Amino acid sequence: MTAASRRTGGPSSTARLSLRRSRQLQGIAYATPTIVLVAVFFILPLLLVGRMSVSDWSLLSGDRGINFPDNFAEITPNRLFWPAVVFTIEYTLLVTVLLVGLGLGLALLVQEGGRYVGGLRTIFLLPVAVGLASASLLFWGLYSPSIGPIGPVLQQMGLTSEPISFLGTPLAALLSTTFLIVWKFAGLYMLILLVGLQAIPREVYEAAAVDGASRSQTLRRITLPLLRPSLALALILCITGSLLAFDQFFILTKGGPNNSTVTVVQLIYREAFQRQNLGTAAALSIIVLIVLLALNVVQFRGLRSPDKA
Amino acid sequence: MTTSGAVGRMPFYVLTGGLAVIFLFPLVWSAVASISPAGATGQTHGYGLGNYATLFDFGAGLPRFFLNSVIVSVLTVTITLVVSLFGGYAFARFEFPGKELLFLVTLAILMVPYATLLIPLYVLLNAIGLQNSLIGLSLVLAMYQLPFAMFMMRISFEAVPRELEDAALVDGCGSFAALRRILLPAVVPGLITVGLFAFLAAWNDFFAPLILISDPSQAPLPLAIATLRQQTMGAIDYGATEAGVVVMALPCVLLFLLLQRYYVRGFMSGAVKG
Repeated sequence: MTAASRRTGGPSSTARLSLRRSRQLQGIAYATPTIVLVAVFFILPLLLVGRMSVSDWSLLSGDRGINFPDNFAEITPNRLFWPAVVFTIEYTLLVTVLLVGLGLGLALLVQEGGRYVGGLRTIFLLPVAVGLASASLLFWGLYSPSIGPIGPVLQQMGLTSEPISFLGTPLAALLSTTFLIVWKFAGLYMLILLVGLQAIPREVYEAAAVDGASRSQTLRRITLPLLRPSLALALILCITGSLLAFDQFFILTKGGPNNSTVTVVQLIYREAFQRQNLGTAAALSIIVLIVLLALNVVQFRGLRSPDKA
Repeated sequence: MTTSGAVGRMPFYVLTGGLAVIFLFPLVWSAVASISPAGATGQTHGYGLGNYATLFDFGAGLPRFFLNSVIVSVLTVTITLVVSLFGGYAFARFEFPGKELLFLVTLAILMVPYATLLIPLYVLLNAIGLQNSLIGLSLVLAMYQLPFAMFMMRISFEAVPRELEDAALVDGCGSFAALRRILLPAVVPGLITVGLFAFLAAWNDFFAPLILISDPSQAPLPLAIATLRQQTMGAIDYGATEAGVVVMALPCVLLFLLLQRYYVRGFMSGAVKG
């Protein structure tokens, strides 16, 4: 190639090499802010949390030396551990079914064009823009006995005789928080599934109509299978997000009543900042990381397998 | 799948109308509740802005908390935009050793739970003197934006035909000038999407400030309003809380309404098709 380019008068191989080198260096230069941010604020903390999880590390006095495997051994005997795991999983299943289901329903409703439907989409998306902490504080007031509007309205209608306690029992607290989350995020899942729906070509539906397929048959056998990638994404996002739930429980229920709504991440927070033990908190968070990684791998494989013809 | 026939439309309008009311109700209620009379609040009789006045008197005061939120959000957006603009350019237009590895590692940030990183970040920021600082918080929040931001900017750059900047490069224009004059205008929509997501995330974040900010006067709005509830002796001031919710939610709602199509664009980017 060198001889050929010499003959045609193009750049020599050394010139080409130095051009490539120059481009490489420029590329690295442009990538440098990324490299710095990722290295200092991601890689470094990741290594550090590993080190912390095997150390006796207190919040105030810092690193007091390696104590492997003490931090990990203390996790399961913690009397709040298994209840938190069970609750987190219960909550995740409940929210995922409702959220992805409602998201799908909304997406089917707002598929078509038009100003009314466009307005609907905006309304459904509005709670997504408001933050989770803001929404939790909003509902904290909404569910409160003092200024909450729902209780008084139902009392006036004669449906109940006493004030409703939205957060007073474990079941009520779970359902009330679930309602908050479904309200807040339904629009997001509607959007994800809508994108998938709009990718399905019209011809597919027309062919099904020609073949005499009913509405529900079309939904079950054509729409849902074609929606599979979007559904997979929605499920992964929802399951992962719910397993890591914190803000809403910290603000709305504070883990109560009686520690019945404590999630795993709340446990991590309590270990770190109430029991002031960063070592055990780090160990717990490593376990959460490993579980989540494994879950994501399983989900990626399982839900993206090729369709059977 | 479409609903057809004029008769079949009625249930559709009833159902969607009902859903719209349910979705709007909490937001409307919080605005109304923030100015309504209620016992044990700053607004006991008649409608007015008493609850907002309470917020001014709490701790460092509403203007300070609002300013903290503005600073954190602006810093986070700026850092995210700068890093992802240059990074997206690098990934889309250059080849260098370790390029795909760096991209994968950046995306890997999505795989690590929030809490797992925040605990060592708490220690790390203390070690480099950025504890309890808005800039430290902003750097952390910007890092969390990187996966989405880098992905968006990379595909935004890749969507621009190479011929555009090739012509300029042949004329002797350097890569930075090509970026500034030709590519930058072309990727502005991507930048707006990235900026919007970064702003909403930074403005609304609660967990990171909870862990990384200990001085109450440095708290951004969500942390401040959540802490406010516990401060009053005896009765809890729900009215002030709802006023705080309105202050926090209003910028998000307005920004969202203004830039809605950029928000939707973030989902159409191809990441969503699985």
